[in-house]
Amino acid sequence: MNFVPTALEFDTYGQNGQNGGVPTSLYFDPYDNNGGTALGLSGEDYSIVASDTRQSSGFDIYSRCDQKATKLTENSVLALGGFRADGRSLTKRIIQRMEWYRHAHEKEMSFRAISQLLSVTLYSRRFFPYYAFSLLGGLDENGKGVVCSFDSVGSYHDEPSCVVGSGSALMQSFVDNQIAFHNQQVNNEPISLEKAIRIVKDSFDGVAERDIYTGDSLDIFIITRDGVTTEQYPLRKD
Amino acid sequence: MSSIGTGYDISVSTYSPDGRVFQVEYASKAVDNSGTAIGLRVNEGVVLAVEKLVHSKLLVPRSNRRIQTVDTHIGVATAGLLADSRHIINRVREEAQSFRDIYKYQVPGKTIADRVGQYVQAYTLYSSVRPFGSSAIIGIVDNGGPHLYMVEPSGVYWDYFGCAVGKGKQAAKTEIEKLKLSEMSILDAVKDAARIIYAVHDNAKDKEFELELSWITKESGKHQFVPKEIAEEAEGLAKESLNQEEMKDD
Amino acid sequence: MNFDNNNNNNNFYESVGNVTKQTTRPIVTGTSIIGFKYRDGIMIAADNLASYGSLARFKSVERIFPVGEFTCIAGSGDLSDFQYIKHLLESLMIKENYIDDGHVLTAPHIHEYLTQILYGRRSKLNPLWNSLIIGGFHDGEGYLGYADLLGTAHKSSTIATGLGTQLMHPLLRKSVEGRENEVTEEEAIEIVNDCMRVSYYRDARSLNKFQRAKITAKGFEITEPYSVDVVWHE
Repeated sequence: MNFVPTALEFDTYGQNGQNGGVPTSLYFDPYDNNGGTALGLSGEDYSIVASDTRQSSGFDIYSRCDQKATKLTENSVLALGGFRADGRSLTKRIIQRMEWYRHAHEKEMSFRAISQLLSVTLYSRRFFPYYAFSLLGGLDENGKGVVCSFDSVGSYHDEPSCVVGSGSALMQSFVDNQIAFHNQQVNNEPISLEKAIRIVKDSFDGVAERDIYTGDSLDIFIITRDGVTTEQYPLRKD
Repeated sequence: MSSIGTGYDISVSTYSPDGRVFQVEYASKAVDNSGTAIGLRVNEGVVLAVEKLVHSKLLVPRSNRRIQTVDTHIGVATAGLLADSRHIINRVREEAQSFRDIYKYQVPGKTIADRVGQYVQAYTLYSSVRPFGSSAIIGIVDNGGPHLYMVEPSGVYWDYFGCAVGKGKQAAKTEIEKLKLSEMSILDAVKDAARIIYAVHDNAKDKEFELELSWITKESGKHQFVPKEIAEEAEGLAKESLNQEEMKDD
Repeated sequence: MNFDNNNNNNNFYESVGNVTKQTTRPIVTGTSIIGFKYRDGIMIAADNLASYGSLARFKSVERIFPVGEFTCIAGSGDLSDFQYIKHLLESLMIKENYIDDGHVLTAPHIHEYLTQILYGRRSKLNPLWNSLIIGGFHDGEGYLGYADLLGTAHKSSTIATGLGTQLMHPLLRKSVEGRENEVTEEEAIEIVNDCMRVSYYRDARSLNKFQRAKITAKGFEITEPYSVDVVWHE
């Protein structure tokens, strides 16, 4: 973080020279981008959420073991990219609201309910947004794998596969081709869980090669009807 | 009681013709019905002791404390209605924090005593309120050394060498007067405080009680409950001295 | 800058004309601080300088303070905000003590508390302009956390702030990472001295007078200010 006030800019001086030319508006930039990439894949009866554990700011690596994906229930996992402080705060708020829901209704929130909750929570800050790109993976009410991706003000939609965060531009096209079979004419069989996990690892290995904000280690959450299991996979650390 | 039926004892906003505010005096009665609390000030610090009457075996031991810490350097021992006492302690804590927020150091004794006194006194002015049925003994070590204050339901407070309040206050004061407080070590003060509480306890009327013992030593500057070994020794000696007194009587 | 014509509304917001002004930049500042894990717990260090721009304004400012028995906080950035944080934590510890249930706040609790305070203030666009290191001993091991004016937080076995991320952090990572449980106290002290020496050589806002703190199973210990030997020409 820079202590020399370069994060600040003097904006306008007093209208019509009032206030004796004293600056009347000063900026503090309340955002940062802490990097990190998250990938979500859904199959017929599973879904996978994976995110790297590097936390950065500019050219500094803050942490090599920052978990950006959180298990919310037995069938939903939330991963976040963007500004880490907003991500932490958002996760905390969602978990709190889920607990209130549990006390009120004596059951866990469904995947669809959590998606909507996340959306309205993000939208509630429409004019001072959470700078967080969210990805929610899980199983819907029929046990089918779903992944939803959100923009920072809450608009969201289902996708068979999606990537958010610093490496999304690098990874999305690869995933589109390998998972959604874009521009493939021969192969369109449903992908097995094992193969999907291999694709996830390969995707991150590829992105960690080129994106300085992605690396160190990969958390893989696998969501099936039996619940959520996790797996760690090392990435390059330089 | 001369006040009853005259109509002058209903509200604190009305004096009796001879210049008394009966509600305040009744509040003091509530204090007099309480288990005894005493405070001793010696050169090395302040000792507080309370005879906390335990009216039921169903109560959790050491619950409902009547001595509490304020900031880190103040101890408050109370006598009277416990709920009122807690309210006063809350106020002392707020005042101590507010002083800290403004001046960035720990509130001195006379300041805190005065602020609490002003607060309590305000409850003797309006017909819509009831004076506190509680007296607070405030022990403190500040830059000027150890101090002991007692705020009464009227809002009046004095700076004491030793003070007592509650059921056994007369007997306790007689005992405290016999002590040479200016020459006494704080360890001896703890022993005497425990002895006095045991001596003034009325076994016939009140069966069970817990002894609460705390101190603020000049050395640490912190209010703490007296460490277990020292408190147990003091309590042991207190019981022993009580037995000797009884033997003498027999 | 002349803000004399402020309407003083007794808030942490100041008002200039009809525009609200917040703490927009640090004024009196402390430079980089470091912290790292070693065999017995955590070691942190901060120099004693408070700068006013490029002026070395105050040369005996303590920038490490204890919170409870097993936590120390070190701060860089705006010193008035740092003193305010110190005041907040002192008040917090007093309030916790009132509960009198035997529980005490330890490093992870304090880290979370500070993060929330800092994030809350950045969300009001009125930040506390600091980067903080929270060093503590909790659950039988060292705890080292970081929190800054944006509310960003993380844990790590080595931490440096400000220019120290360029000057000292690489040294720390080289000598500590992967061998956190091997570094002895003697070696840790040498690492601190080497880092602070490098900082003094190259950071123009640093001072060759600093304090070191260690937090171990036995509690905290903060040294008196001291210096390291430096050689300018050779």
